[in-house]
Parts: sequence; C-alpha cells; structure tokens
Amino acid sequence: MQGMVWKFGNDVDTDAIIPARYLNTSEASALAQHVMEDADPTFAQKVTPGSIIVALKNFGCGSSREHAPIAIKAAGISCVIAHSFARIFYRNAINIGLPILACPEAAEKIAAGDEIRVDLENGTIYNLTSKETYQAAPFPPFMQNIMAKGGLIGYVQWRLQQQQ
Amino acid sequence: MGMTIAEKILARHADKTTVQPGELINAKVDMVLGNDITSPVAINEFRRLGVEKVFDRDRIALVPDHFTPNKDIQSAQQAKMLREFAREYDITYYFEVGRMGIEHALLPEMGLALPGEIIIGADSHTCTYGALGALATGVGSTDMAAAMALGEAWFKVPSTLKFVFNGRLQPWVSGKDLILYLIGKIGVDGALYRAMEFTGEMISALSMDSRLSMSNMAIEAGAKCGIIAPDQVTLDYAAARAKRDFTPVYADQDAAYEKIFTFQGEDIEPQVAFPHLPENTRGLSEVGEVRIDQVVIGSCTNGRMEDLRIAAEIMRGNKVAKNLRVIIIPGTQNILRQAIQEGLVDIFLEAEAVVSTPTCGPCLGGHMGILAEGERALATTNRNFVGRMGHPGSEVYLSNPAVAAASAITGKISAPREVL
Ligand code: SF4
Repeated sequence: MQGMVWKFGNDVDTDAIIPARYLNTSEASALAQHVMEDADPTFAQKVTPGSIIVALKNFGCGSSREHAPIAIKAAGISCVIAHSFARIFYRNAINIGLPILACPEAAEKIAAGDEIRVDLENGTIYNLTSKETYQAAPFPPFMQNIMAKGGLIGYVQWRLQQQQ
Repeated sequence: MGMTIAEKILARHADKTTVQPGELINAKVDMVLGNDITSPVAINEFRRLGVEKVFDRDRIALVPDHFTPNKDIQSAQQAKMLREFAREYDITYYFEVGRMGIEHALLPEMGLALPGEIIIGADSHTCTYGALGALATGVGSTDMAAAMALGEAWFKVPSTLKFVFNGRLQPWVSGKDLILYLIGKIGVDGALYRAMEFTGEMISALSMDSRLSMSNMAIEAGAKCGIIAPDQVTLDYAAARAKRDFTPVYADQDAAYEKIFTFQGEDIEPQVAFPHLPENTRGLSEVGEVRIDQVVIGSCTNGRMEDLRIAAEIMRGNKVAKNLRVIIIPGTQNILRQAIQEGLVDIFLEAEAVVSTPTCGPCLGGHMGILAEGERALATTNRNFVGRMGHPGSEVYLSNPAVAAASAITGKISAPREVL
C-alpha cells in the first residue's frame, strides 16, 4: 500500500478519533464523516482514500470503542503507523483488519505530506519523499494467522469448523 | 520461576502450568460484558459468525448504561438491539433500565466479577474488577462477539509492574488519589501493555469502594489490568454477593516483576488532574485558583456508596455556589435507593444539586450535563480528554468526591477543610 501521510502527535485518544457525541450510531460511513474531528476538525473533508496516518506515542488511548478503527478504516485510511499504540486500539485494529505498524523510527522521521509505501508482511516502510527506509517488527505468527483469516471473525469461524 | 497474579490467572484459564510475558495464548473467560455503545457492533459481528447459541447464557452481561434512559432516537435503536438480542439468546444478565447501573458499579455489586476470574468487557474500564483480584480487561466489540461464541479470547501475557504504597493515607486521600498520583508519576502510557499490581499498607487500608475506583483507572496508565490481591475485605465483599464459586489467586513469592515502584503516604495529598490528560496531576495545595461552572459526582470511578456519603458529609447544610451546576449520579439503582434511605439525596437536594438516575451521562459527553464552549467542570470521572464532556472547547478537571463536593460549595477547586 502507498499513500500520503497525515501526521499526529502523542496520545491521540479515541475521543479525538471519534467523539462520543457521534456514537449513537455504529454505521461505518456515518462514523467516517467525523473521523479525527477533535484532533483536526476538517480532517474528514481533506483526507483522500489510501492516505496513511502517522502518529507518535500511545495512539488510540482511552476507550475500547471499536468505532475508532472502524471510522479510520471507513474513511479510506490504508494504514496507521505510530511510535506505539494503546493496547485495546491495537487489538481492535488487528481484529477488524485495519493494517497498523508500531515503528518508533518511522513515527519520528516521517513528516506530514510525505509519500510512503508499506510492506506489511515484512514490516518495511519506504519513505518515497525522503528516500529513507524504516523497519518495524513483523507480526508474530499467532496474529498473522488471525489477519490471514480476514480478522477475528474469520478466525473464529475457522476455529468453529475445526471443533466440529 | 514463580508467577505474578496476572500470569497465574492467565495460565489457569489456558490450562497451562506456566506462562511467560510476551506469550500469546487463548484463555477461557468467566464473564463477557458489553454496553449500549459496544454491544450493537458485537451483536452484528456475532450474527456474522452464524452460530446458534452463545457459549453460556449465564456468563454474558449486557448493560445499557451510556446513553440510557435513551437520549435520542438513534440511542433508542441501539438499546433495542441489546434488548432483542438478550431475549433471542436468553441472556440471564441483561439489565433493563430500572434494574441497571453503570456497568462497572453494577457487576461487582451483583457478584458477577469475582477473585481469580478472567473478565473481558467491550469497555475500557472493565479493569475495575482488578480490585477484586480478577484479571479484568477491556477489549473491542469483535473480541466480545468472538468470546460470546467461544467462551475464550486471545491474550498476550503482560509483564507486571508492582506498585507498593507504604505508610498512611493522609486526610481525604482515597483510592482515586492514589491512582491519579501514580498516573502523574508514570504517565498515560507508563504501564502500556502491562499488568499492574497494587499493594502495601495504604492499599490494605482502602475500602472495597475505594479499591474499585483505583483499579478503574489502570487503563488511564495504558495498563491491561490493575490487580489488588484479595484480602479479608475482598473476600467478605465477594462472598456476600457471589453468583458462582470462585478461587482467589495470589502471586508466588518468587514472582518476577518488570519493575517495582514504591510510594510514601506522606507524599500523597488529594490530587487534581488538569486538562487534557489524566497524567496532568497536581497536589491539591498546588492547584491555585480554578473557577468552575459544573461539578459532576458519579461515574464508574466514583459513583458508589462511599463516594456519595463523603460528598453528603461535606455538602450537608451548605448551598451550591452561585453560577454553578452540580450533578450527582448514583452508580446503580441499589446505590440510589440506599442514598435515599440514608438521607443523602435530601442533603443534595437541600444544597440545590441535581440527582440523576444511574447513567454514564456526562462522563463521556453523552447527555445529562454537557458542557458549552469555554465551560469548565470538575468531575469525579476518569478522563479529561479534549471534548470528553461536551464542546471541544470545554475543560474537565478530575478529583475525588470530597474535593468535588467542597468545590461545589465554593465555586472553585477547593479543599474539604475550606468548607467544614
Ligand atoms: S461512567 Fe464513564 S468511564 Fe465509566 S463506563 Fe460510563 S462512560 Fe465509561
């Protein structure tokens, strides 16, 4: 995947990603209209499909709302890269199939507006603007298996078939 | 090598003799929880699985608490999904309005969160039940759907940070202050992906209510859970309510902790977290003059009996400051009822505060006390992110109920001794 970068800072919380005032629905497209609204009020209008979010520490901290990765995915964001992720956001992203990578070096060095390409399988990030390459730790096999089944629902269906 | 409480609980539920931090495992869960925001997503995902039954109708709790009593048509639609799902799958612990409470006040009270258990909830403050010696942690809606089908979830075994609180609790210091102090020291990602264990003389001295507010905010340090080893206080509380058998779990003598932090009682006064992160804490004596427009006493952090008693003690015979609104939200129907019986509600009404039916309400900016642009609230809740209680241009400060009640009288953030 390849796209233009939108950059955010430390501790972007789930209330900034999708404020609770919009949580009276779980409709993905409705949530996408307000994605990142309390961090950048015009983000949803500006962002184009395929774009990549790069943030610093503890991205997605706060509530467990899966609406946060759902809104990001539905807005057409192809990948989120951060220095680190809050743990519930991290597992939600894996469970719903939103590609994410934790890579401190990439999070520090990538600038807003850079064009980057991501090789998810190997965890490699190419910055086409600055011509740098960054390496994230690839996913452990257990998580790769969940993602290979299309997320947790696919994985559970597979488990249930095995049980029969 | 011995195991910490978190490691031991995970190992038992994964049918393993031992687990290592970093290991990825599937483990059985004793309880699966969802609310009116997260369950609709989980219900849709559950239906996609195409299974006929839930894994155990007695081990799922559905609590419509966030936008209930329904605040608008869309919330009503979401709450209806829970109600219909509960009926269709014959879920034992569905709590209708009138029988419900804020989920993390309700489950311990109902004896549905017990020592040694694994409880997952599609709500980040599920970590509250760590106060009972459970491994309780927030997950997402898809996790909830999967667990409702399989009765298990995947976990990465966390390493454990130990926090020792030595010495004596200072006046008006509660579990809320200990956890705010701790978060101020280590930051909102200071325990990221870790389990926390709280121990020491001050923890032993805390009531069950105060311990629940402490573990409630483990997530605000990024932690997976915040566990207090069961003692007599815990066992008495749990035994009086338990809906099933339970086995307390304790750390081994030679358990390995990633790091041990030690705090001293004399250093910890009541704490206030400034906007817009729970880590922006200051001791009450360093707050300065902060005028407020609204006080909220409630939430899964501080909406329990002890909290209301403390607030009433301070508000008794006083009036709420001019130009200030005070909203008091008992955590559950039982707490509301007891507050009426003990005369606390009278004290609040006499002081000209509002007393609400149990709901999350303003805690997450849902309803029942939303802030306008430029307004400032002092709340006993757990988060003060931008826009958390309303307009993105409003501000939330966090404190314990004693400080909130005193501030309700003076109109600015104040110490309890100023009004007593
Ligand atoms: S009271 Fe607040 S923090 Fe607790 S469950 Fe409700 S919204 Fe979440």
